[in-house]
Amino acid sequence: MLEGIMIGLSTAFTFSNIMLVIGGCLIGTFIGMLPGLGPMSIISIMIPIAISMGDPAAALILLAGVYYGAIFGGSTSSILINAPGVASTVATSFDGYPLARAGKAGKALTVAAISSFCGGSIGAVLLMIFAPALATVALLFHSSEYFALMVVGLSAIAAFAGTGQVAKALLMTLLGLMMATVGEGALFNLPRFTMGIMDLQSGFGFVTLAMAMFALPEALYLVMDPSRSNNEAGGEIKDLRITRAEAKEIAPVIGRQSIQGFLIGVLPGAGATIASFLGYAVERNIASKEDQEKFGKGSLKGLAAPEAANNAACTGSFVPLLTLGIPGSGTTAILLGALIALNVNPGPRLMVDKPEIFWAVIISMYIGNLVLLILNLPLIPYIAKILAVPRNYLIPFILFFTMMGAYIGQNNATELLLLVGLGICATILRFADYPLAPLLIGFILGSMLEDNFARAMQLYDGLGFILARPMTMGLLGIAAVLIILPSYRARRARLRAAGVADGD
Amino acid sequence: MALDRWIALIILMICMAYGYAAFFTLDVGLPPFMQRNAIWPSTFPKVLAVLAIACALIILLGKSESEPKEGDIDYRRLMDYNLGQALLLLAMMAAYALMLRPVGFLISTVAFLTVSALVLGERRLQYLMPITVLATGVVWYLVQQVLGIYLRPLPYFLGTGG
Repeated sequence: MLEGIMIGLSTAFTFSNIMLVIGGCLIGTFIGMLPGLGPMSIISIMIPIAISMGDPAAALILLAGVYYGAIFGGSTSSILINAPGVASTVATSFDGYPLARAGKAGKALTVAAISSFCGGSIGAVLLMIFAPALATVALLFHSSEYFALMVVGLSAIAAFAGTGQVAKALLMTLLGLMMATVGEGALFNLPRFTMGIMDLQSGFGFVTLAMAMFALPEALYLVMDPSRSNNEAGGEIKDLRITRAEAKEIAPVIGRQSIQGFLIGVLPGAGATIASFLGYAVERNIASKEDQEKFGKGSLKGLAAPEAANNAACTGSFVPLLTLGIPGSGTTAILLGALIALNVNPGPRLMVDKPEIFWAVIISMYIGNLVLLILNLPLIPYIAKILAVPRNYLIPFILFFTMMGAYIGQNNATELLLLVGLGICATILRFADYPLAPLLIGFILGSMLEDNFARAMQLYDGLGFILARPMTMGLLGIAAVLIILPSYRARRARLRAAGVADGD
Repeated sequence: MALDRWIALIILMICMAYGYAAFFTLDVGLPPFMQRNAIWPSTFPKVLAVLAIACALIILLGKSESEPKEGDIDYRRLMDYNLGQALLLLAMMAAYALMLRPVGFLISTVAFLTVSALVLGERRLQYLMPITVLATGVVWYLVQQVLGIYLRPLPYFLGTGG
């Protein structure tokens, strides 16, 4: 491990890579602060730039920096104007906004930054311990286990989608898998489902799809509902310092929530949003009576808990990505797509074949967290001015950048029409509450899933691989339970609600 | 019928078309040596089609009407939102896609940014024009010179612009 850290240090501490981390964090904070733009949109807009750099380590370092910056920026807008840009910072606004209203915006931002920093750093340490161990186990996996593992990942994403949403999330995943089969696969050398359209020969562009699924609907939502981008900045930001007593108060909260958040982040499909809400709920429950009263009215503990948890969960979500090559969230799915475009196959071999990428990413996570704390925090009062950018200017530029991203990736104007069409579909799906992240995850995993499925089928000459390998069978069993259990529980809950009150 | 079930119906039809293609058209003309393989190009799509059709049917026949979430857009009151602006902007994007090659990057981008801002209600042209022109120039410079990706800057009859 020490050797790995040295490799990582020497890769990450080049001048250009440090500039990339700093630049990524700043860009992420900048854009993440704009209400309505989440990390997924920002990363998908940044991908063409990252890909054209050509160096996978540098690209991943940049994108990871953007990711952290975006989450931090999202917390800032939650605290200052009660407009969380992302779901994972909704819990931040519970206590952050009351603090800002009470004139303690500076203190709230500091607590948020310190909690994020600790959450991210503790997460990075845990990632350093967990990932190599998991990768060693994963090296024993054959294609059939990989297939089963991906099925587990995809089912878990559907299962965590929420009550009554499992079928929808599952359908979206399947739709994504179906879209991945369009075009000429590597396996068969045969165009499939192109409907005779030449531009579909190479399949759907991943950047186009990512833009159409996230950036475009969010921009259209901003257009349709102006109240989503209300910019009444919550007063002046001053006095960024916190006292020693306050630091003592939040320290145990940060410690607990960093570990809990990390573990939740590792699970596929759970991610930062669940981690932040769960962290908030747990801390409220175990707080003393008088502390409990303060939750929701500007408690520092209530602010520190979701912030530490969501940053640790972001780091945790890198574990399945880097060790198994299976993304657990929309954001890591986009990162996976970028890596594949750069000819890197994340998975257990990554640590053996390209250790510099793995360790450079981990080291740059530390740097990124440090940059956010040291560089961004003092700049926040100035960066917050961006909240005053009028939407008449903001929206055309968002639309323009989504189109640029799709165009640069493929150099093809048809791609832009495809982007508009898919974007309209995505917006309608969002109206009806269909989750869009599973579609993208399915799309990105699709070709890998089929490859491994095909390899396993060929080795065992049919579906026999499921019975022949107990681990595969076990994993597929877990996947089935993940899908069936939530639907069963939802059904039972519905039946109970419909029937007579059970015994009062 | 609620929107989510209409969507399920549309997806169901797409899946059925996909399934038809997978089951009946994809294996036509498969070379004999490939027919002896355990897996055909159509195997995986067949599985997907069956699962997706089952899933779409569950949603279509189920009774899940989700309540509008707080702060989200409620499609039942779609007319209360700035739907016209959104549609106009989408039309602008399509127009941009068609114009980009023949008219060149610089003119079409300035036009897109300016008209979109006008659609959204911006009226102060004395600020708008300099900003869009400057931004277009900066983006073109970055993409062309820094990233090294060719974007035709000028209309087609004025040459390739280096």
